[in-house]
Formats: sequence, structure tokens, C-alpha cells
Amino acid sequence: MKHAEKELQALKEEVSQMWKLVLSQLEKAKQAFLNGEIELAREIASREKRVDAFELKIDSDCENYIALYSPVAVDLRLVLSLIRISITLERIGDFAESIARHIINEGGDRLEPQIMEELQIEKMFDTLINMLSDSFVALESENTRLSGKIMARDDEIDTIYRNSFDILVAYLQKNPARIRCGLNAILLLRKLERIGDHCNNIVEEIVFYVDAKVLKHGGH
Amino acid sequence: MIETKDINFYYGSFHALKNISMKMEANTVTAFIGPSGCGKSTFLRLFNRMNELIAGTHLTGECLIDGENIYRKSVQVDELRKKVGMVFQKPNPFPKSIFENVAYGLRVNDIRNRSFIARRVEESLKAAALWDEVRDKLKKSAFELSGGQQQRLCIARALAVSPSILLMDEPASALDPVSTSKIEELIYSLKKEYTIVIVTHNMQQAARVSDRTGFFMLGELVEFNDTKKMFLNPEKEQTQNYITGRFG
Repeated sequence: MKHAEKELQALKEEVSQMWKLVLSQLEKAKQAFLNGEIELAREIASREKRVDAFELKIDSDCENYIALYSPVAVDLRLVLSLIRISITLERIGDFAESIARHIINEGGDRLEPQIMEELQIEKMFDTLINMLSDSFVALESENTRLSGKIMARDDEIDTIYRNSFDILVAYLQKNPARIRCGLNAILLLRKLERIGDHCNNIVEEIVFYVDAKVLKHGGH
Repeated sequence: MIETKDINFYYGSFHALKNISMKMEANTVTAFIGPSGCGKSTFLRLFNRMNELIAGTHLTGECLIDGENIYRKSVQVDELRKKVGMVFQKPNPFPKSIFENVAYGLRVNDIRNRSFIARRVEESLKAAALWDEVRDKLKKSAFELSGGQQQRLCIARALAVSPSILLMDEPASALDPVSTSKIEELIYSLKKEYTIVIVTHNMQQAARVSDRTGFFMLGELVEFNDTKKMFLNPEKEQTQNYITGRFG
């Protein structure tokens, strides 16, 4: 392997490390939220700095790679994708941290298990975790065959999110004293919905790198 | 427009170009890239019949310029070379003044009208982006110019006889980055009036200046595509391996 290829592989490896960290943040956010684990939420919040550091490092390394190696074709597409993926991962990391901060700030005040189940919050978390881990595999294996299926899961997330409004309205009408908790739930659901969009963006970047196709905004 | 149909070219028994067919539209810049010995310069020299100067060469196929086969017996090579100018890797000014270098092509074509020659020299030097630097020293020797200026002088010399096609064989490979940038800017501006074909080893240069790029290897045209497509998503794996440096 030539020197330039090794440098490119090292860049890809850095993004993989960041990916694993963000995935773990999201998994822990799920656990902390569903079980009300404040200590775990604190751990997520403290690890957010590492996510930020990864983004800065990858940004700088990609900039150096472009300046020094003038990549073209598949190499250029990979570097551009890695920059954009790392930015997106950082945003997902921000959402995980923000969920953790909610858990910390609200202490033990949580929605009842029945309403959580009705809102399908656990399913949303699981779908997002699957989207993020499957897209990680797609990049590692440079295989975009499953990209359509991964992106279709974002539609499931959107459907759950849309349905949650009516469920929460009905819940709050019956339990007006729980309004603060309900508002927090809406904020959480909104964050999860946005994470789905970001996972979609990541898949689009992988398709751009592997297949040289632009999917975002309808593509061209 | 330049068009080739099933071009095969031989140096003795060596098969240097294999079945090459392509079209180059008027007022575009076409770049040829590929490893040394791949045939790109040989292909370029077909368009002004320079290969005929080498003994033992043999050509089959057709090479058309504006629809006319330039290898037909009735075509006069002198006339062809008025239409198809050429600039080489190393600047090769004549041991004459700056003015006389540019006027040379006109004089050998029996043009005697002094005011016409003076006007044409000025126009050519302006088109070659050299006029402002040499207007006060036109009678000085061309050898007093820098390498980059000498190369632009050679371009002006080629332009003086009003060609429609300009062939460039690695025109900036012996120049520093500042002169290279000037040549590239020049190529970009000249394509409004000329059809330009350039051979270059510098792939970034091909990417910067050309509309279409042809990748040659072992005498074959592996891929001929829009330059943007070629450098973002080439169709052939061989092209990708070459432009990303994985070749060999």
C-alpha cells in the first residue's frame, strides 16, 4: 500500500473510532432515559468532549490530506464524505448529550412506563441505533446495497414522531399536572427524529463515496 | 472539429496507437493524460502530420479536421500547419528579436505588408498575454525573455498565422508555478477562439484547464470523458487507478 493510501486508511479509521463512540453514546442515552440512570447520563455528558475532539481532529486531518495529496475521483469522494460524516456524527453526539442533560436536570421525574411504551420511545432508540450501526457496516464494507433499507427506517421514525403528538395531547388532557414531563417528552422525541435525519445524511454520504451518486435534496 | 476514426499508428513494427476513435469539438480544450510512452504525444502529432518526419512510421484510419481527411494526398502540409499550430514542451524561440519571432510565420507565408505584420504581431502578443511585458523591447532578442515569457512568445508565434487549432505538448512542464499559472490562464482564454489539445503529465493541470480528458495507456484510449466526470467519477477502473496514483 502506498503512503497516500495509508494516510487515507488512517483517516477512515479515525472516523470509525468516532462512529463507535457516538454509537455508544446513543446506546447509553437509551439506557439512561429508559431506566432513569442519572450516573450514566453524567458519563454521556462528560464523554461529549471526546466526540468534539474527534470532529476537530478529523476536520484538520482531512484538510491536510487535501492540501498535501490533492485527491481525485474515489479518494476525493471519500475525503469529502468523511468530513461531512464526522460533522454529522458530532451533531448526533450533541443530541445524545442533550438527552443526558435532560435526564440529569429532571432527576427522577419520568413518564410512566405505559405512556413511554405507547410513544414507542424504545423502538425509536433501537431503530436509530440500528441505522447508525448498519451505516457503519456499509462504510466499512463499501457496500451500499442496504442503503435504501436503512433510509426507509427514517420514515418509521418520522411516523412514530408524528403519531406521538396525539398520544401526548390525550395523555396531558388526562394528566394536566404532568405538563412539564410531557413537554420534555416532546423535546426528546424531536431530538430522536432529528437523529434519524442525520443518520439518513450519513447514508447519503456513503452512497456519494461508493457509488458517486448524490441523493440529498432529490439528487442529480 | 477534430475527429479520428480507427487510428492505428506504427513506429516500424511497434504498434503505438491502437484503434483510436474520438471527436474533439471546436472551441474546447481537450487534455491527454497517461504514463510515458502511452502514445498521447504520438496521437497529438497526428493532427499536424508531424509524425511523418519520423522514418519508418505507418498510419491507418482517418484523421478529419472540419470534416476533411488531413492525410489525403491533395492536402498540403504547409497549409495544414497554418491551420494547426503547435507549442512544445521546451520553449524554442528563434535566435531573432521578439518581433521577428512572431512575424516569422507571416513572412514565410509571403506576407510583406508591414503595417499588417505589425498589427498581427501586436494582436498575437496580446492574445498570448505577453504584450504588456514586451511592448517596449520588441527589437530585443527573444533569448532575453524568461522561460515563461519565451513559452508565451512561442504561443504568440503560433497564433500569428491565425490557426484554428492549437496543439500543446506539455507546454508548462519546464516552467515555474507562476509561469505555469499564466499559461493555464492563457489556455482558458484562448479557447474562445481556438480548439486546443494539450498533452500533460500534470493531472491537476488537465483538471484545471480542460473540458474533456482522454486517458491513454499502452497505445489505447482507455477513457475519453468530461474532465469533471473523469476526476470525480471515472468510468474505467484503469483510469481511477492512474489518476489516484495506484497505477502499477
